Amino acid sequence: MTAIRRDRSSRDWTFSGRVWKYGDNVNTDVIYPGVYLEITEISEMAKYAMVGEGERLVRGARSGDILVAGHNFGCGSSREHAPLALREAGIAVVVAGSFARIFYRNSLNVGLPLFVCPGAHDAVREGDSVIVDLEQGTLTDAAGRVIKGQAVNEYELALLAQGGAVASFRSGLAPESSG
Amino acid sequence: MGALLGYPFAPGCGRGDYDWIVGFQSSTPLARSCLPDVSMLLYYYNMSRPKSQGGSVSRGLTISQKILARGSDRDRVEPGEVVEARIDLGVILDKVGPHVVNAFRGLGARKIWDSSRILINHDMIPASTVRMAENQRMLNAFGEEQDIDCGMFGEGIYHDVVVDKGYVRPGYVIIVTDSHAVTLGGYGAFATGVGISDMAMAMAKGSLWFKVPATLRYEISGTLPGRVAAKDLMLQLLGQGTAAKATYRAVEYGGPSVESMSVDSRLVLANLSVEQGAKVGIVEPNEATMAFLSERLAGERPESVTSDPNAEFAELIRMDASRVEPLIAKPHSPDNVVAVSEVAGTRVDQVFLGTCNGGRGEDLRAAARILEGRRVARGTRLIVIPTSARVARETEADGTMQVLREAGAICCNANCGPCFGQHQGTLAPGEVCLSTGNRNFQGRMGSNQAFVYLGSPYTAAATALNGEITDPREV
Ligand code: SF4
Repeated sequence: MTAIRRDRSSRDWTFSGRVWKYGDNVNTDVIYPGVYLEITEISEMAKYAMVGEGERLVRGARSGDILVAGHNFGCGSSREHAPLALREAGIAVVVAGSFARIFYRNSLNVGLPLFVCPGAHDAVREGDSVIVDLEQGTLTDAAGRVIKGQAVNEYELALLAQGGAVASFRSGLAPESSG
Repeated sequence: MGALLGYPFAPGCGRGDYDWIVGFQSSTPLARSCLPDVSMLLYYYNMSRPKSQGGSVSRGLTISQKILARGSDRDRVEPGEVVEARIDLGVILDKVGPHVVNAFRGLGARKIWDSSRILINHDMIPASTVRMAENQRMLNAFGEEQDIDCGMFGEGIYHDVVVDKGYVRPGYVIIVTDSHAVTLGGYGAFATGVGISDMAMAMAKGSLWFKVPATLRYEISGTLPGRVAAKDLMLQLLGQGTAAKATYRAVEYGGPSVESMSVDSRLVLANLSVEQGAKVGIVEPNEATMAFLSERLAGERPESVTSDPNAEFAELIRMDASRVEPLIAKPHSPDNVVAVSEVAGTRVDQVFLGTCNGGRGEDLRAAARILEGRRVARGTRLIVIPTSARVARETEADGTMQVLREAGAICCNANCGPCFGQHQGTLAPGEVCLSTGNRNFQGRMGSNQAFVYLGSPYTAAATALNGEITDPREV
């Protein structure tokens, strides 16, 4: 049996990046429109992240960028493309006032970090450089002000460290096949 | 780390909700091989939790806390924590089943961890499209391969079938690829809807992560007035804007009114919990529930589950059932609630008495009491669909079905029917329907230019009688 390394501590859970800002109730048809559901290549999916509201994100996003939204981010259908497309487009972490329940599960399953921080949306502007600390549960805005959100718990960090629940599941299979 | 592969799903099934998943191809025998890792993860997690929680020892637990603690072999769990809980029952439906099968295979999984705890049910039977027929055939083949219970041909919609087959107990952790999984909370289970990856992983390893929800408790007293149903009570809660309060949370129903409620009514409460955004909707089991379940468990009496008197609720809302009136949810949202009188006189083309919310024996009998010896209005279709073959048999035996047929109802076999617009009884543009179902989103029952109103079985019967929305107390 190979135990999962608890590499939470060995990993840095702070992200600094530029902000892409969105509003309340961003649904999965905005995050990943239904017409692209047939795409099966993840790299291909990255081209359609957030195109439901235009191409500003896919045209400008760099790896490590941070998406900040209002309440109920990810509402709508349960498609897992939504968190995958954001992750592949380079979004390091999504910050929102709240997340729709199934989007939340899907994100943790595919390894996209989420940070619940109701005060963030009002505090940041598009393009700002901010720092998100998942362990402390804070967002530090461009002016250096610290906004408190909900720290991500150890269990979720451990899953994220392994690339999400699905990846964690798969790596759990590996020892068996060699033994 | 394996390669990520895309899996195109079985020929165009579903509604576009679940059309793709990341998979991993492996020749690995699956069994429980991943469990050691999960327990390791939990071990570290628990070790790292603060040991003292300032006087928390005496704090009681809610039903959800108790169930998730039991499922994860812990003494107690706190809201906000994530736990890996054992799955007592998983149900795969024909609507999205092929995606689940593909995801399961994509994980490299070969065998379901416990074939007595995963079921397949066909809710949309008999199939109305080639696609649906293909999906059902594919699922049957998978069921046979995995040796799981898939022999439920035409026995009804899963919420009732799994209970009748003795798979449900209070305190169970149940997942279904359907948001109305919460209905099984009517029997005191922690039942919630999940996506395809979640179901696939649960099928392979027998457990799933859950964030422990805080609980919103409704304490309901008083008796519902005549011709007012549990549905009206729930519509009142939805209309009061408590919807947002329930998001993420577990909702619990208790109090004297709930204590004296029938099993069928309790399922109505649980079912509509998801329309408030709740993760689960749990009704404290009463004597009627325990007797009902016991009948289905070969006389064995399952253990019940209740919240401790000193449990900590995020919110406690009291309400008086005796003040509830017949209500209607107008198009296109279940919380767009008004008194029936406000929309009385609206002409309807179709009345639908059925669904996991309003198609059980109690609902059909309520409607029959109003329709007995009378005729449905000319120009209005009354479609009656019982939730299960058992309900059909019971309502046939007690004469209810006869009354409905004689009143002019079109009675179909047990299935989801027109509820989500993909089977029978779909609506044309401009048509108006009054349904005893739970959702009236735009386009839900067919054309997106149709109008769906939601009401109780009494209101449905009175409306069918007059061909226009009618207060059931006035017929
Ligand atoms: S009756 Fe309607 S709400 Fe219930 S399971 Fe069937 S489609 Fe879903």
